[in-house]
This record gives sequence, structure tokens and C-alpha cells, in this order.
Amino acid sequence: MNPLGWLADNSGVILNGVAMGLLLFMMAVGLSIVFGLLDVLNLAHGAFFLIGSYVGYRVAGETTATWGSFLLALLVAVVLGALIGVGLMLLTRPLLSRGHLDQALLTLGLALVIGELLLLFFGRNDHAMAAPPELAGSVEIFDAKYPVYRLAVIVFGAFVAAVVWYVFERTSAGALVRATVADSDMVKAIGIDVRKVSAVTFVLATVLAVTGGVLSGPIKGVTSGLGDETLLLALVVIVIGGLGSVVGTLVASLLIGLVQNLGVILMPEIGSFLLFGAMALVITFRPQGLFPTVAAVER
Amino acid sequence: MSAALTLVLERRTALVSGVVLVVLALAPLLGASLYTIVILTSVLAYALLAMSINLVAGYTGLLTLCHAAYAGVGAYASVLVARHLTHNGMIQLLAGVVMGAAVAALTGWIAVRASKTFFLMLSLAIGELLHILAVQWSSVTKGDNGLSAGAPLELVPGSPISLAGYVYWVAFGVFAVFAGLTLLVTRSPFGSALRGIRDNEPRMRALGYPTSLYKYGVWIFSGGVAGAAGWIMTAQLPRFIAPAQMSFHFAGLMLLAVTLGGLGSMWGSCVAAALIVLMQDVVSQDLGGQGPLALGLIFVIGVYVLPRGLAGIGRRARRSAAGHDGSPGRAAGAHDEIEEKVTA
Repeated sequence: MNPLGWLADNSGVILNGVAMGLLLFMMAVGLSIVFGLLDVLNLAHGAFFLIGSYVGYRVAGETTATWGSFLLALLVAVVLGALIGVGLMLLTRPLLSRGHLDQALLTLGLALVIGELLLLFFGRNDHAMAAPPELAGSVEIFDAKYPVYRLAVIVFGAFVAAVVWYVFERTSAGALVRATVADSDMVKAIGIDVRKVSAVTFVLATVLAVTGGVLSGPIKGVTSGLGDETLLLALVVIVIGGLGSVVGTLVASLLIGLVQNLGVILMPEIGSFLLFGAMALVITFRPQGLFPTVAAVER
Repeated sequence: MSAALTLVLERRTALVSGVVLVVLALAPLLGASLYTIVILTSVLAYALLAMSINLVAGYTGLLTLCHAAYAGVGAYASVLVARHLTHNGMIQLLAGVVMGAAVAALTGWIAVRASKTFFLMLSLAIGELLHILAVQWSSVTKGDNGLSAGAPLELVPGSPISLAGYVYWVAFGVFAVFAGLTLLVTRSPFGSALRGIRDNEPRMRALGYPTSLYKYGVWIFSGGVAGAAGWIMTAQLPRFIAPAQMSFHFAGLMLLAVTLGGLGSMWGSCVAAALIVLMQDVVSQDLGGQGPLALGLIFVIGVYVLPRGLAGIGRRARRSAAGHDGSPGRAAGAHDEIEEKVTA
């Protein structure tokens, strides 16, 4: 079998995997950093993603969208994400000394409430979301039609990943966050307000998740099960990638996006076992993840 | 004086539990409708599952998302035995318990050796693998459509028990036996060692306890109890089980219900399990399907109002009466219980 020919034949599937992986990254990187930074396991992160999808459906439009309505949806997502991030930080603050389980209790409770409220407001039916007109068509890649919107998501997702990586790994603000992940007491001791660091991180994480939800709308549609499904995948991503590691999260996201899409074609029987099997193997043999950060190793 | 008071309050807990058990046992005679009986059977199943989760999560410190899947394995084993081998309910129960324990034994060895931060994730992966297996292995499980035993269970060959009330009594007996066994384990020297492992594993290891083996042992035992809970889930006609009972969503719900009830408090687990059934199956219909919304609100409010779970309410009363104060976190709650036993 000619490998290049195989790549060309499956280019659509591979591109789908990359697009899904980048969306997953937007969701997982926040989860990973918040977990690494604040020891907060946020089970409501999937619900935030779901909020984004519903915002996209309602603001951008179900069947037709304009650039204006699409960008407005993104703007609403950013504002909502910031508000939710601050709210979540205030809610978790009294629980910081109380261990993972209490935070899980709170955030799962929030996830249930959010999911039910969304169903209450938008009905139990599945919805769709339209892409802006210029992105709604498809282009030809290797003699096969491929939706332009997914290509745009790949470009935008890669851009977001690059920005997140640059800010987190190459700026002093990012260094501060990384230092807080590694040793928050020491950061506190040199006179930095750790709560401000965590507030900003919370907000960015939530904004990324809600925006990711909007962007996924035209691809995955808007269904109530999307939140749980994405959360589960994101948990796999942060375990495989290593807590608090941007590069690890990116690689793991792409890996899982590709496994999910290619697995269905190559190995339909065992495709769905691969994800959690890989997760179990990584925890057993390499608990620090494939791309450990210094902080994650010490944990 | 405080010792006497603790004793009185402990007796009161025992008394209340006794009264609740008697009322539950007599429910079919007290004019409960068929619907109520079926719901009560679910309560028994969920309560037993919650107790098995509490045994590993609350007493041993292993926060598990596997046990819903183990209960699912037990339920599938019972239903499969009912479909292909025998109508005898006790053999089906045996199959459920053995399969629950066996799958726990197969998957548990990796789990009990994982570090604490990753334990929850690993148990999530194991539970989700079993869930996917139930969905994918459709030649045996019929996939997402679910599987039904088809025939009512029998205790004496040739006389099927089709009245819900009698099935309920059988289920109640099974619940009582396995709940009793679980309580026995928590009160045994083995149970004390488990609490020691939860509070300070390195020290227990230094004292010469084979801590991994202890954790593995309680893991297998609780897997068997979860399997029994799975049998109760499928006791009432139409004796149906579907993969959704093994999902991450349900596993998370059960673990958090146990937390809400109070880690290390068995009656707290039972009350919380009853609450879940009530919200999912009963209130959901009255509130126009808003059961999950109410449940979510209960979780959110419970975290703040009941820092040590439902069990903390009684303990707080006991404490203020005994002149103690201070309210450490939920994890410390069970620790106080030991302390109280010592001072009493």
C-alpha cells in the first residue's frame, strides 16, 4: 500500500482528527492548568463547553449565520466565560482546603444544574449551528470535498494553541502561573497575590472552554450529551499529556482526535477501547504523563 | 458524661436504623403500591452499591469510579445466567457476586497501586472500559438496547416469584445479608487496619501491614458486594440492565452521593442513595423531569451547608452536646469517629 496514497485517501478523516484535536485542546488545556495550579478538579468544564455550543446555536443562528452574528457569538462566549470563571473561582475558594472530592461534588452539581437549565431553556431536541457564509462551503482536497469551516477551525485552533503556548512558556505572566503550579507557597512568600494569578487563570480556562464550544457547534452540532462526552475526552487528554503541560496537552489532544477518527476506520471493534486503555497504561507505567512538567513530576 | 451521652446517641442511631429497617421490611404489608415497591427495590440496590463504594472510598481512602461498573457486571452476570442457565435466583445472585468480585480482582491490582492523585482517573478508565465493553460486546449484551432476563426468579424450582412484594422481600434479605457483612468488615480488625491505611499508609506499612494486599482484599470484597447490588437492580420484572448503569455519569453520581452522605458513614450512604433514586425516578416525574436539576442543587448546597455530609448533622449534635467544637474537613470527619470511639 502506498503510504502517500493512503494519506490522500484518508485526508478528510485525518483533517477531522486534527480539527477535533484542536477543539479538544481548547477545552483540555484550561482543565489541565486549573487542576495543576489550584488542585481543582473541575467537572463542570464540560458544561461550560456545552454553554458555548448553545450560545453559538442561539446567537450565531441555527441554519444561517452571518459574520456579524458569528463574531457576536464568540464575543458573548468570551464575556460569559469570564463571568463564569470569576463565579467558579468565588465558589471554589471556601473549598480549597477541603480536598478534591468536595470540589468534585460542587462542580458535578454545577454541571448537572447547568445541563438541566440549558435543556429547560432550549428544549430537549438537538440543534445545529451554522457557519458564516464564506466558511459554509467546501473545497477540494485530494479529489475529495472538505468543509472550509473545519479548515478554518484548524487554522484558528493552531493559532490559539500557539498563543497559549507562548504566553504560558515564554512570558513572565506565564512563568508566574507555572511557578504557582510548582510551589504556590513560595510564590506567596515573595509577595505575589496568588489569588489574582488563580483568578486570571480561571477566567482564561473558562473562556477557552466556552469559545471552544461555540467553534465546535457547526461541526458537532448542539446536543445535551456533548458536555459529558467532551469532559471525558479532556480527562483522558490531561492524564496522557501530563498535568499543567501545554505541549503535552496539545500532543495528547491531537493524538486522541486522530485515534477517535482513524480508529473508527482502521479498527472499528477495538477503536473505542484504545482511549481508555491508553489512559490506564499511561497512569500505570508513566503516571507523570508523556510530557511531564517539573511540577507534575513532584506531585 | 460525654461517654454516656455518646453511648445514648449511638443507641439512638441504632434504634432509628432498626425502625427504618422494620418499616422497609413491612412495606409490602403496609399497603405500598406496586410502583412504590419497585422504587424501594431500587433504593435497596443503590444503597448497597453506595455502601460498597463507601467501604473503599470512606474507610480505605480509595476514591472509586469503578464500582458502578462492577455492579453492572453483576447485573449482566445475573441476567445472563437467568437467560441461559437457570431461573434459580440464588444461583443468579451467586453469579453476580462472583463476577463482580472476579472483575474487581482482575482490574483492581493495577488500581490499588496507583498514586493517590491518579487513582480516581485510573478507576475512571477502568469503569469506562467496562462500560464500553458492555456497549460493544453486543453478541452477549445486546449493546445499548440492554438485556432483560425475561423470566421471574425462582427460589424453589418450578414456582416463579412474580409478585413484586415477594421479590422485594427476597431483595431485602439479600440487602440485609450483604449490608451486614459490610458492616462486619468495618468493625473487624481488618476494618481498623483499613482506616489506618487511609489515614497514614506509610506508617501502617512500617508497622508491618501488607497495605497493598489489604487494599486489594477490600477491593475484591467490595466488588462482590457491588455485584450483589447489581443482582438487586435486576430483581424486579422486567429484570432489565443497560450499559447506562455503568457510565461515568452514574459512577460519578454514586461517588458524590456517598460523599454527600458522609465518607465513613454507612447510613449516610444509604440516605444519599435513597435521595438519588427519589430525585431520578420519583421527583423527576412530579417536577416535569427536573430531578437532575434538584439533585445538582442539592450537591451544590450540600457542599457548603454540610461540610461533613449528612452524617455530620448527627455528629455535630453529638459534638456540641459533648462540648467539643471545631469542624475539620470532610476527610477528617471519619477520623473523628475513631477518636470518639477511643474517648468513649
